[in-house]
Amino acid sequence: MRLARFFAGPQGMRAMRIEGVPASAGYAEGPLFDLDRSPAVYAGKATATEEKTSLQAAIGTAVSRLAAMAETADSDAAGILEFHIAMLEDNALSGPAFASIASGQTADAAWREALDAEIAGYEASDQDYFRARATDLRDIRDQVLRALTEDVDSTAPTGAILCGEDIAPTRFLETDWSHGGGIALKAGSTASHVAMLARSRGVPMVVGLREPLGDLAGMALLDAEHGSIVLAPSPAEIGAFRLSSASFVARQGVARRFLARPAVTKAGTAVRVQVNIADPSDVDGIDIATCDGVGLMRTEFLFGKNLPDEETQYRAYRKVLEWAGEKPVTIRTVDAGGDKPVPGFTVEEGNPFLGLRGIRLSLARLDIFRVQIRALLRAAPHGTLKVMFPMIAMADEYERAAALFAEEQAALAARGVAHRMPPLGIMVEVPSVAIAPEAFAGVAFFSIGSNDLTQYVMAAARDNAAVAHLNSVRHPAVLRLIGSVTAFGRENGIPVSLCGDAGGDPASIPSLLKAGLRDLSVAPAQLAMAKAAISDVPV
Amino acid sequence: MSAAAEATVLITHDVGLHARPSVKFTKLAKTFAADVEIALAANGPWFDAKSIVKVMAAKAPKGTVLHIRARGNGADDAVRALIELVQRDFDEDAGHVRSA
Repeated sequence: MRLARFFAGPQGMRAMRIEGVPASAGYAEGPLFDLDRSPAVYAGKATATEEKTSLQAAIGTAVSRLAAMAETADSDAAGILEFHIAMLEDNALSGPAFASIASGQTADAAWREALDAEIAGYEASDQDYFRARATDLRDIRDQVLRALTEDVDSTAPTGAILCGEDIAPTRFLETDWSHGGGIALKAGSTASHVAMLARSRGVPMVVGLREPLGDLAGMALLDAEHGSIVLAPSPAEIGAFRLSSASFVARQGVARRFLARPAVTKAGTAVRVQVNIADPSDVDGIDIATCDGVGLMRTEFLFGKNLPDEETQYRAYRKVLEWAGEKPVTIRTVDAGGDKPVPGFTVEEGNPFLGLRGIRLSLARLDIFRVQIRALLRAAPHGTLKVMFPMIAMADEYERAAALFAEEQAALAARGVAHRMPPLGIMVEVPSVAIAPEAFAGVAFFSIGSNDLTQYVMAAARDNAAVAHLNSVRHPAVLRLIGSVTAFGRENGIPVSLCGDAGGDPASIPSLLKAGLRDLSVAPAQLAMAKAAISDVPV
Repeated sequence: MSAAAEATVLITHDVGLHARPSVKFTKLAKTFAADVEIALAANGPWFDAKSIVKVMAAKAPKGTVLHIRARGNGADDAVRALIELVQRDFDEDAGHVRSA
């Protein structure tokens, strides 16, 4: 959860970068279009009978618009449209609305209330799939409201980046994507129908933006490969963006052939490629056969709004373990603090990247840490779990964390609760560990966190664009540390992998493999391109 | 003439009785004169199998044992046809919804 970056752009406008979650990889450059402009107002009728007629007509209009769209849609899209039509034609949906019209309600309010009640039911579901259908129900609601108000909905300009809280599937289908454009959402889900459609059509899409977009004027750069949008970009940013975009298109074409195959270098060396995930639902869109497991499952998302209980965590971990089957899943204990504040957990600090974050915070809040440890121990029998600790600087921190695992294991055993002790490893991201790894000869594995390792070695905050040029994993100092940690691991039988952004960056992959790494973990969207990049490296 | 039939079937479709399968399921149910209902447990609650709103509201995920019952003309045929549709995974290609 990085903070927005502010710095001076052209004409004194402030350029602003907002990070989010990639839902469909790609790049888009274009004008911003606000999806959430308030709709027109409904003109009430004199009698209940007229209100009823008015609602019937609006539902009819919505159905015929959908049917017209379905005629030219491909099979995925037609399936969704048929679902909307079937819902609209079902009296069970409109029944409550007609009932409240009979008792004096206006058509628009009656329809809105009836649909909002239905939407609330979907939002309350404990299954991601059904929860994602709330977006379809909102779409159905708004199509009828639009027909009721006869709002001539102005369409987005060609190539626009559609921004807002969420986007309706029909809005996606109505939009002409043949000349580019993209989607940037404050809410949204990678499991939504629109995300699915966007992936199959190659429309760039980012969801879960960390900051409000504010004034939606001017043009923007959408990077849906890594997950960010830049508002009011500088000419230099536009130049760099176009290079990334062109390289993405070229790589994508080549990469598709590599996704289904195991990764092998030009010299025939096998490289393990795992995925990084943040939310259990991330795995819904990934075919397990295309990767070697989960190299990093972040757990901060669970701590987003409030502290999660043991059961919530257990279910989240178990879901991913069961999905991965025999392949390993490396879960990182909560890495809050730094740029990832959690209300009720993290503390305010002058220099949070150097403060109480990661394992330091967990060891300071044992009540919270023990809950996570129990959830992990209980989830372990459901797959091949590995657990790692973030921000380890001294061996003592690892030993205390491992002792807590042993204590909780004994307590679970005494209570007869099913559990298993997973291998315990550490993130190598604090320079003290990378420089003197011999203090950690007893850990089960190392996972190099290249983002933090780079920012600490270069003394360049990774959320500060003004020092971004310093923040390179390919600086000889960073690469030398990666090389020496990898060599130490090889000599001492400790597996070493890397799970930072560099692992999925085709420009950095040759350096990482030359430094000795044979195990990378990358964002799911970068899987194919990472494998393609590996195949070009002559090591 | 009145008849009644009841049977159960395991949902093996990847995300369960979801949007597209529900469209097919209710369309098929509507081709029968009999009253058709579904439930996630033998003792209900029962949902009208001809209403997609109700079928979706049942929120039946993969692995659910779906109970189907019918009463009236052609009850047997209705239950048999619906069971077969679920067993055929709603005639969808595996991985259809899994665009990467």
